[in-house]
Amino acid sequence: MVPLSWYLIFAAALFSIGLFGVLVRRNAIAILLGVELMLNAVNINLVAFWRYGEALAMTGQVFAVIVFAVAAAEVSVGLALVISVYRRRNTVVADELDMLKW
Amino acid sequence: MTTESLIWLIPLPPVLAFFLIVLFTNKNKALSHSVAVGAAFLSWLGAMIVFVRALGVEHLGEHPFESSINWLPTGETWLKIGVLVDPLTAAVLFFVAWTVLMIFIYSIGYHNYGQPAGDHDHKGLPPHGATVEEHGHKRVVPSIEPMYSRFFAFIGLFAFGMFTLVVSDNLLTLFVGWEIMGLCSYLLIGFWYGKPSARNAAIKAFMTTRIGDVFMLIGIAFLYSVTGTLSFREIFSEEILHTLASVPTGVFGLSAAGLIAVLLFIGTVGKSAQWPLHVWLPDAMEGPTPVSAMIHAATMVSAGVYAVIRMFPLLTAGWHEGAALTPAMSFVAFIGAFTALFAATIAVAQNDIKRVLAYSTISQLGFMIAALGIGAYIAAVFHLITHAFFKALLFLGSGSVIHGMEHGVLHTGNHNVDPQDMFNMGGLRKKMPITFWTFLIGGFALSGFPLVTAGFWSKDEILADAFVNGHMVVFATLAIAAFMTAFYTMRQITLTFLGQARTKEAEHAQETPFTMTVPLMILSVFAIGYGWVGIPEHFPLIGGLVPNWFHEFVGGTLAEHPPVLEFNIVPLLTSLVVALGGLGLGWYVYRNVNSPAEDKLQINVLKNKWYFDEIYEVVFIKPALWFSEVFVSQWMDKGFIDGILHVFGPATGGVGSAIRNYFDIPFINRFLGDGTADATWWVGKNLRPIQTGRIQQYLVLSLIVLFLVGGLLYYFLLA
Repeated sequence: MVPLSWYLIFAAALFSIGLFGVLVRRNAIAILLGVELMLNAVNINLVAFWRYGEALAMTGQVFAVIVFAVAAAEVSVGLALVISVYRRRNTVVADELDMLKW
Repeated sequence: MTTESLIWLIPLPPVLAFFLIVLFTNKNKALSHSVAVGAAFLSWLGAMIVFVRALGVEHLGEHPFESSINWLPTGETWLKIGVLVDPLTAAVLFFVAWTVLMIFIYSIGYHNYGQPAGDHDHKGLPPHGATVEEHGHKRVVPSIEPMYSRFFAFIGLFAFGMFTLVVSDNLLTLFVGWEIMGLCSYLLIGFWYGKPSARNAAIKAFMTTRIGDVFMLIGIAFLYSVTGTLSFREIFSEEILHTLASVPTGVFGLSAAGLIAVLLFIGTVGKSAQWPLHVWLPDAMEGPTPVSAMIHAATMVSAGVYAVIRMFPLLTAGWHEGAALTPAMSFVAFIGAFTALFAATIAVAQNDIKRVLAYSTISQLGFMIAALGIGAYIAAVFHLITHAFFKALLFLGSGSVIHGMEHGVLHTGNHNVDPQDMFNMGGLRKKMPITFWTFLIGGFALSGFPLVTAGFWSKDEILADAFVNGHMVVFATLAIAAFMTAFYTMRQITLTFLGQARTKEAEHAQETPFTMTVPLMILSVFAIGYGWVGIPEHFPLIGGLVPNWFHEFVGGTLAEHPPVLEFNIVPLLTSLVVALGGLGLGWYVYRNVNSPAEDKLQINVLKNKWYFDEIYEVVFIKPALWFSEVFVSQWMDKGFIDGILHVFGPATGGVGSAIRNYFDIPFINRFLGDGTADATWWVGKNLRPIQTGRIQQYLVLSLIVLFLVGGLLYYFLLA
């Protein structure tokens, strides 16, 4: 069986890629994609710990399912916002959306 | 209803009327006087029922109607208040009820009820008259008093005070009634408060009687501290009187009883206007005339004498009939006799019709006080009652005269004529016949016209008592005073009613309405008839025809029934001579006098009342003003107290501004207040650039902080 550390390293890598995407991509949709990657990295961790921990309890799996649901909701709201912003401002570049400042 | 509960109710109607008028019927004049007169009538009815029932009781003095309730808890015991009707109270209640009712009715006419409102009358000033147009020509008629309802409210309260005082069975409620009357006299003397003279007279009356009242209160407190009770019947028990009479006080060699009696008596000196506190009463004539009658005949001054009569057993404690007078009694007798003569001398030179009566009141009260001083208890009560009737009659009569004269003044329109000056009158007997005859009856009663009038019998009894018991100085003084009384009374009648009219106003004087003349007629019945109930048994010819009911009845008040006086011809002859001589001389001297210049007795010292007002002005009022204005106000208040304040004020001011300048402004305000604000502002300003609004920069920043914090935690906690 593949050792736990492999999963963890994989999840960490996926999280870092997601974070990188969130921090450097200019397109708001790409940032959302990055967020999704980070969420899924977390899911991998949850499932891996469940599998290698107390496999009888269903907590890890249930937790992962809840994260899926939350992620789906978040993405739908996020995409709606992006569309709304695009309609008003004709752009989805994150740097140009800097209204919330002093 | 039992007699006791009826007695409780007697004082109530007038006070209810007072509140009813003040609170509700104020605007409606007819309703107001109906309420007041109705209340007086109810009290009168109650008083008459009680009087009649009192007559039917044998030995009322020993078994009086009495009823009391617990009032104030004083430790283990209670201070009780209650009502008491013994023969004295019954007799006094009789005349109070009658005179009060008559005065209430009279007031309706006096204040011009039914007349139109005045052209330019003001509240607080006497009515000036109203112009009415009849058949095309104008004439001026008397106008209604602007504060009509208020007057009836006040006299209602006054009547309440008097009834309370009379039916009290203890000194406390007596004093309460006493003070209510003091207040009402102030309100009523100053009724026309728009006149400065009325205001001053009101204050003078209040202040002067207050002096007496303070002593009276001290006397009451002293009595209570010695005996522990204020109830008359308890104080007058053999035992307590004996104790009081034998305890020395060290003040002028008086016993406790004597000292208390003298203190209470000083209250009477103020209330009954005896020398040296007599000065307020003549000035009190500033009030409306029914008030003068109320104060000077029916109620207030009588209350003063009544209080001494009530306290008679205390005054005479340790004395028995025929013995030498105690110091307290001598004092009372001296004040009374001196006042009787002193006031009579002033009355001779007065020209104001009401002022003559005012001084005659002081003089007659002196008679009663002197009678009490020599132990002539019944004679004093008798004279009190007859005097109340004929003096109420005279005052109301003089009010009627003034009213008639005001008619004349309104007719001619010459307001410079004083309607109260007797030298402006003359010949009024034809214009005002009812007033003339009733005034004549009252005046003759006051002079002691022999046999017919009540005043003769009561005054004669005082003189006889003084003579038979050998108090020659008192007898001689009172005889001279009685002579002068007859003289100035006849002077008054002659100047006012006899001869020819001296002014146009007197020619146009008019008889007053029936509301005024009917009370006069009723009172003149008493001014004559009341004397017949007290004709001495041993009087020549008519003695014994009518039983001496008064002596029997009132004498029963005391534990020891006073003996019947032996008849002596000297005082009787004296009475006859002074009364007839005074009347005759008064008529003879004044029948042709037409102006003050022809009046030989306008001596300055008498006219100016022996300069007592001036002396008091210099001796008491000026020093009191100096004390208040210069000593207290200038020196103590502005100099001393303000001086201290002027040190403390600037000192605290200096400390305050030092704290402000060196601590508050630089440290609290500048450093703590402005400093923190500035610092926060500076920090905010400098941190502002990092808030770019770009979400990714925020994320980078938080990531850096996360790594920094995480690194630090790792370095310090784990490594």
